[in-house]
Amino acid sequence: MYVESATQDGVLQVQLHGHWRGTAVRAIEAELAALPLESAREVQVRAQGVESMDLAGGWLLRELAQRATAAGAALRYVDAMPEPLRLVAKTLGESDEPSIAPAVDEEFRPVSALGRRVVDRWRGFVAGIAFIGEVTLSVLRAFTRPRAWRPASIARHVYDTGITAVPIVALIAFLISVIIAYMGAQQLLKFGADIFVVDLVTVGVLRELGVLLTAIIVAGRSGSAFAAEIGAMRLNEEVDALKATGVDPIEVLVIPRALGLIIALPLLTVISDAVGLAGGALLCRWLLEMPFIQYFQRMDEAIGDMTFWVGIIKAPVFALLIAISGVYRGMQVRGSSRELGRLTTVAVVQSIFLVILADALFAVVFMELDI
Amino acid sequence: MPAATDAPPPAVLIEVRGLVNRFGSQVVHDGVEMAVNEGEVFGIVGGSGSGKSVLLRTILGLQRPQAGEVRLYGRDLTQLSAAELRQMKARYGVTFQAGALFSSLTVQQNVQLPMLEHLELPPQALDELALLKVRLVGLPVEAAAKYPAQLSGGMIKRAALARALALDPQLLFLDEPTSGLDPISAAAFDDLLLGLQRELKLTVVMITHDLDTIFRTCNRVGVIVDRKMITDSVPAIASNPHPWIQAYFHGTRAARFLGTS
Repeated sequence: MYVESATQDGVLQVQLHGHWRGTAVRAIEAELAALPLESAREVQVRAQGVESMDLAGGWLLRELAQRATAAGAALRYVDAMPEPLRLVAKTLGESDEPSIAPAVDEEFRPVSALGRRVVDRWRGFVAGIAFIGEVTLSVLRAFTRPRAWRPASIARHVYDTGITAVPIVALIAFLISVIIAYMGAQQLLKFGADIFVVDLVTVGVLRELGVLLTAIIVAGRSGSAFAAEIGAMRLNEEVDALKATGVDPIEVLVIPRALGLIIALPLLTVISDAVGLAGGALLCRWLLEMPFIQYFQRMDEAIGDMTFWVGIIKAPVFALLIAISGVYRGMQVRGSSRELGRLTTVAVVQSIFLVILADALFAVVFMELDI
Repeated sequence: MPAATDAPPPAVLIEVRGLVNRFGSQVVHDGVEMAVNEGEVFGIVGGSGSGKSVLLRTILGLQRPQAGEVRLYGRDLTQLSAAELRQMKARYGVTFQAGALFSSLTVQQNVQLPMLEHLELPPQALDELALLKVRLVGLPVEAAAKYPAQLSGGMIKRAALARALALDPQLLFLDEPTSGLDPISAAAFDDLLLGLQRELKLTVVMITHDLDTIFRTCNRVGVIVDRKMITDSVPAIASNPHPWIQAYFHGTRAARFLGTS
């Protein structure tokens, strides 16, 4: 029992008891709601029985006072007004000003929302172009100053993005070529054309899958790492510190990463191709009982002049796309760690999208060129 | 906070005895003794790397000491079960040096988080109590809907204080509450703190380097030197013969408070 009440001649006598604290808000609120305020013309409150009261208790008493006023009853404290109530009243003010903060979410306005999106997208597009321009300028400037190339930094990024990625890239290449050989063998066996499994694996891995899968894995590993590293440096004002030191952040942060990845991705692709072809050979040996010598002879016939180069030529382009979207999103981080997470996700999704888009363009170009 | 309904709390709210903290071979604390009485403002002072933050983390129960005991409200933290420790954490409020506001939540949601965790409140009470705390620390109502990234340094300190006060604790820990503020904002924060301390009958423990804050707000000061703590009242501590304390209170920066140099 927190509240005790009795009515006498239209005067509601209220006695308060116990601990009026945040933990008891629900119980106290229920008891206060049961008070017959409407039938009273005056409410007399005695707070002497209260053992302790915090601000939540004070807030409840303020609510009571407001309800009494609304019901047309005068409320007064017979003994002293509790301190917390005084503080709550002083803080919130006596007036019934809007005590709820303005709503965060905006009204639903489809047209202006669409317009805002279009403008945002356009600005984002322009900013992206501007960033590419800045990077190009920095690269051009770097040609005049050999010191700007920073071989140690490039080597570190080759190691981080390339050498440490070898196990996962090799494993994925192996598994994918096994899957392709297996699926192909099941279909081709029906026609007794199982020797063409070799063509399928060889051309598929060398032209498309080797480089594409490697690029996707690297986008997930290194694109996200670029965005997160540079984003964290931005939050820590390290990028501003670089600028203030007179160092071009693009020169020390962007170029080494982009160059490192441009070196690492083709090398990873070669490994991926080799492991993929080996995986195909193993599966043909086990599943089709094709001797290795026959597999490699057939492979040799299947590989045209350009088959390998058509795949590998795409790697540096993919590397550039991944590096640029990673560092660009990282550079956009400002304000909070939430932005960092969001932009890292954007970087990965965008770089994978760009890689696949570029791959499609390559396919069209190669088809037109008949290679 | 059911424990709050027990017998009246003891006059000594925090008691630290023979505290030892070690990281590998590096000894940070070696027999720290500290007692904070109810209703006082206690300042913790020490050089960089003297283990002020480690001491605070130990008192908060975020870190177990190698030896010694820490008593909050008369209960030894190392003896508490996980559930009791959780309850204990509802009885104090903390602000961290950089605010440590949750960046994905608005100020109002930041204040509501401890309430949601420890209290069962109806939605309206939750909103209004959070706004009450926001107003209490002198922030405008509009600030409640903002994210921490949109706030200035002084507002972040105040919002952190509002979150620390969310559960109406009697005990408040502040880690460098005025660091990074301009002198005027820092003085305003000191005044705010003193006002709240008086009105809410708070006991405050603060780590600070700010001499203005020490002389303005603290009743007693504990100085961490040589891995131990020397405690005294504010006027008396300045005459302690220890060289670090002499340098601290009688350096050029302190001269204007004591009229010495």
